[in-house]
Amino acid sequence: MRRTRLRTTPPLVGLAVATLLLAGCSGSMVDQKRYRTFEKAALWRDHSEARQLPDGTVAQSDRDRTAAIETPPPVDAALLARGQERYAIYCAPCHGLGGDGDGMIVQRGFPKPPSYHTKRLRAAPARHVFDVITNGYGVMYSYAARVPPRDRWAIVAYVRALQMSRNAQVADLPNAREKLP
Amino acid sequence: MQIFRKGADTTARVLLVLGALTPLAGVGFAYAFHRASYTTGDARTPRQPVPFSHAHHVGGLGLDCRYCHTSVEKSRFAGMPPTETCMTCHSQIWTNAAMLAPVRESLARDEPLRWTRVYDLPGYVYFDHSSHVNNGVGCTTCHGRIDRMPLTRQAAPLTMAWCIDCHRDPTKALRPKNAIFDLGWTPPKDQDEQGARLAVRYHIRLRHLTDCSTCHR
Ligand code: HEC
Ligand code: HEC
Ligand code: HEC
Ligand code: HEC
Ligand code: HEC
Ligand code: HEC
Repeated sequence: MRRTRLRTTPPLVGLAVATLLLAGCSGSMVDQKRYRTFEKAALWRDHSEARQLPDGTVAQSDRDRTAAIETPPPVDAALLARGQERYAIYCAPCHGLGGDGDGMIVQRGFPKPPSYHTKRLRAAPARHVFDVITNGYGVMYSYAARVPPRDRWAIVAYVRALQMSRNAQVADLPNAREKLP
Repeated sequence: MQIFRKGADTTARVLLVLGALTPLAGVGFAYAFHRASYTTGDARTPRQPVPFSHAHHVGGLGLDCRYCHTSVEKSRFAGMPPTETCMTCHSQIWTNAAMLAPVRESLARDEPLRWTRVYDLPGYVYFDHSSHVNNGVGCTTCHGRIDRMPLTRQAAPLTMAWCIDCHRDPTKALRPKNAIFDLGWTPPKDQDEQGARLAVRYHIRLRHLTDCSTCHR
């Protein structure tokens, strides 16, 4: 009896323990020796994986970017739809979906921005709205890092559409007079 | 002469059977352990330097994911908000809250906040947000109802089986383009039909989705 147990048990226990240990195996492949996006990096002085461009670097796309800032894209339905979507993401929290300056964050105590439906902002050139997104204005921060130039123009077009929605002249609309009762 | 006791034969047989079963049980246990939420991290809620609440910011204030996770449609990486993004609002509201002290410190010292990863794939797995978000898979399918989480909790096991389950037949999860960021989306009754139609519209190539090299490259 004693001999039987001695001969079979130890290898079995060993096998069971080895199986359990296998489950816990996590080789170096799980944590590979490379920096992942935004990981802390001891290698550089600022401890950031994301490297800053050296001074004076000119990106290949810089000319396209400048062109996109200087020349507004043609306004079509697709651009307006894009503008509406981007406006809802980045501007509506404060300016409200209708542009009245009554967004959710304002209701929670953020300073109230002016309504887009004022004489001054209706008369302001499109470039002014573009510049406000790019550089910020007063307590409003810049959105340049999050909204690329083409999207900024799309938002500007949508803001213009919002303003027009409250201040359109019947004469501006083609054939509108015939359709009215 | 009697060397063994009377029951020795039975004991030996039982031990032999047990001997055969132990490795099987071991494998079974190991498998269960491997899949248990304890190992996969499913339902884990790590501690964060600031108790940031998606329930307040998304559920309460209605912010869109892209206000903070800007690159989710464009790149592999969803993007984490820099301190400046918090300050677009917190420069004016809750400016003295003790809870936000690390945010102000981060701004003053020009050092990013160090968030603890919630979703974390092993280094040998390749994942890409833009391929999913632009091809009909919404945030909540993988991240759960984050608009109801006061602290971010891992809402999927992130095992290979979980990924493959969907990659074999993504139609059950596919949504129209305008519902990707919709947190309340649930599959409509005719999801089988809708999903199949969407799969064609998104040009999803089923065959290559289960290739090892799709995720291990
Ligand atoms: C966090 C809140 C907030 C967000 C988000 C926001 N703004 Fe503003 N905005 C303000 C406030 C507040 C002002 C008034 C600033 C002041 O006068 O100090 C303002 C002012 C403006 C003005 C008027 C400038 C003038 O001449 O008076 C424009 C135009 C504008 N914002 C456009 C935008 C656009 C476009 C977006 C989206 C890309 C946006 N804002 C997002 C808060 C916000
Ligand atoms: C106001 C900014 C903000 C908004 C809006 C926001 N998030 Fe976040 N998100 C954060 C911050 C900060 C963290 C890091 C802290 C944490 O994990 O809770 C985070 C973390 C996450 C994580 C976990 C990341 C990890 O560590 O693995 C997921 C997933 C996530 N967010 C998804 C979403 C989704 C989906 C939405 C839209 C419904 C959303 N977030 C909206 C700021 C935001
Ligand atoms: C668009 C505006 C906005 C942005 C961006 C924003 N917050 Fe907030 N945050 C708020 C508001 C408004 C409240 C007050 C919540 C309420 O009234 O329900 C708040 C509250 C908080 C609180 C207090 C606890 C709570 O959840 O009520 C913390 C902590 C906080 N925010 C952290 C952050 C961090 C960290 C970021 C950057 C990743 C951030 N917030 C970005 C608007 C914002
Ligand atoms: C198909 C599943 C899936 C979908 C859909 C998905 N995510 Fe993720 N998300 C993941 C996985 C997996 C990770 C972990 C990635 C890693 O470890 O490399 C992750 C990580 C994140 C992170 C942490 C930063 C990063 O990129 O690693 C954030 C933030 C995030 N997701 C936000 C979102 C938002 C917002 C959406 C919706 C627009 C979304 N996710 C849709 C699976 C998904
Ligand atoms: C709910 C469904 C779903 C889940 C869960 C899911 N995926 Fe996907 N995945 C998709 C769909 C749909 C596509 C788009 C396929 C296409 O464009 O042909 C995709 C595409 C991909 C691609 C890009 C393929 C290519 O070559 O463009 C990668 C990589 C990928 N998934 C990895 C993963 C990983 C890793 C996981 C688990 C962490 C995962 N996926 C979980 C549905 C899913
Ligand atoms: C849809 C994405 C996807 C595909 C396709 C895929 N894998 Fe994986 N694989 C994963 C993920 C995610 C993990 C990490 C699982 C974890 O951390 O638990 C993984 C883990 C693994 C592991 C490590 C297992 C472990 O538990 O340590 C091996 C080995 C592996 N995969 C092999 C393969 C092979 C072989 C194929 C092709 C037949 C394949 N994978 C296809 C996503 C994928």
